[in-house]
Amino acid sequence: MTVTAYIFSVAAAVATLIVVIDLLRRRRLRERHAIWWLVAGVLALLISLFPPVLEWAAALVGIEVPVNLVFFVSIAVLVLVAIQHSVELTQLESKTRDLAERMALLELELRRRDGDGD
Amino acid sequence: MTDPLRDALARTLIVMPAFNEAESVRAVVGEVRAALPDATCLVIDDGSRDATAEEAEAAGALVARLPFNLGVGGAMRTGFRYAAAHGFDHVVQVDADGQHDPSSVPQLLAELAHADVVLGARFAGTGDYQVRGPRQWAMKVLSAVISRLARTRLTDTTSGFRASGPRAVRLFAEHYPAEYLGDTIESLVIAIRAGCVVRQVPVAMRPRAGGRPSHNPFKAAAYLARACMALVFALLRPRSVLEPKEQSA
Repeated sequence: MTVTAYIFSVAAAVATLIVVIDLLRRRRLRERHAIWWLVAGVLALLISLFPPVLEWAAALVGIEVPVNLVFFVSIAVLVLVAIQHSVELTQLESKTRDLAERMALLELELRRRDGDGD
Repeated sequence: MTDPLRDALARTLIVMPAFNEAESVRAVVGEVRAALPDATCLVIDDGSRDATAEEAEAAGALVARLPFNLGVGGAMRTGFRYAAAHGFDHVVQVDADGQHDPSSVPQLLAELAHADVVLGARFAGTGDYQVRGPRQWAMKVLSAVISRLARTRLTDTTSGFRASGPRAVRLFAEHYPAEYLGDTIESLVIAIRAGCVVRQVPVAMRPRAGGRPSHNPFKAAAYLARACMALVFALLRPRSVLEPKEQSA
């Protein structure tokens, strides 16, 4: 690996971590959503600083070409995040539905009382 | 001596989900109030962009306005919640398009004496409502499966004309699905699995005021697939539990 590639990969991992941590710091991202991105960023930083770690881990799970382990883990993280988002979207929809129903009933009650008061 | 039907009607909430039905809702509410003067009529305006709510109010119905469209499932749960909060024992769902004849409501209520959910069935002999082709097969498959679950013969499980008794009202105020077809198929499965008794009563159905049922075979196939998926997931979900309530005299 060339020195340029080494610096580039470290910089990319550091940039990812900085963005995620900054979003967390400014409360633009909640911890529960940030955890996967933090894990991914730390892993990326680890293997870009110490490339032999990747070779060791690939050999450990029996993968011959180490970069395939990177692809596998990256895609797995993305899939898990996408599923988590679908779950949260469903929860938000059901909460919105509940609020809409309650609001409609409260408004009906309110209009009825107004009518009685006249 | 009190008339048992009038007594039952006084404890009945007619829930009418309406989405952009400004043209028909006034006439349908008027018809319900004329046929069932002792019942309370609640129109759920499901985020309509036309004058549905104003028309329904002008006809003398109570109107709950949902801020955006939730589908029949969301509209019906709003109705069940209202019924549960205001002490109604029966909820009868009537469509705002004039397809359901309010004079059949007493028949549904009478059958509630032996059941928790009563379906007004279109294909059970009365009336001349017809659906043909793949859509009919889809409805038959669904009815066959749900009949087995309910241990009774049900011929029209996608009917929106249905009455719910006190136990079902409490159950549905908590658990009424908003999914596609949830208001018909899944709600029945939820009721059956919670131990509710489901029966059907043959009723005449009128043609819809606006729009014809689709006979496109691809749409029918998609309908069957989605209906089967809805059924399978309804069966896979954890059972809803009907909280026991102390019996009142």
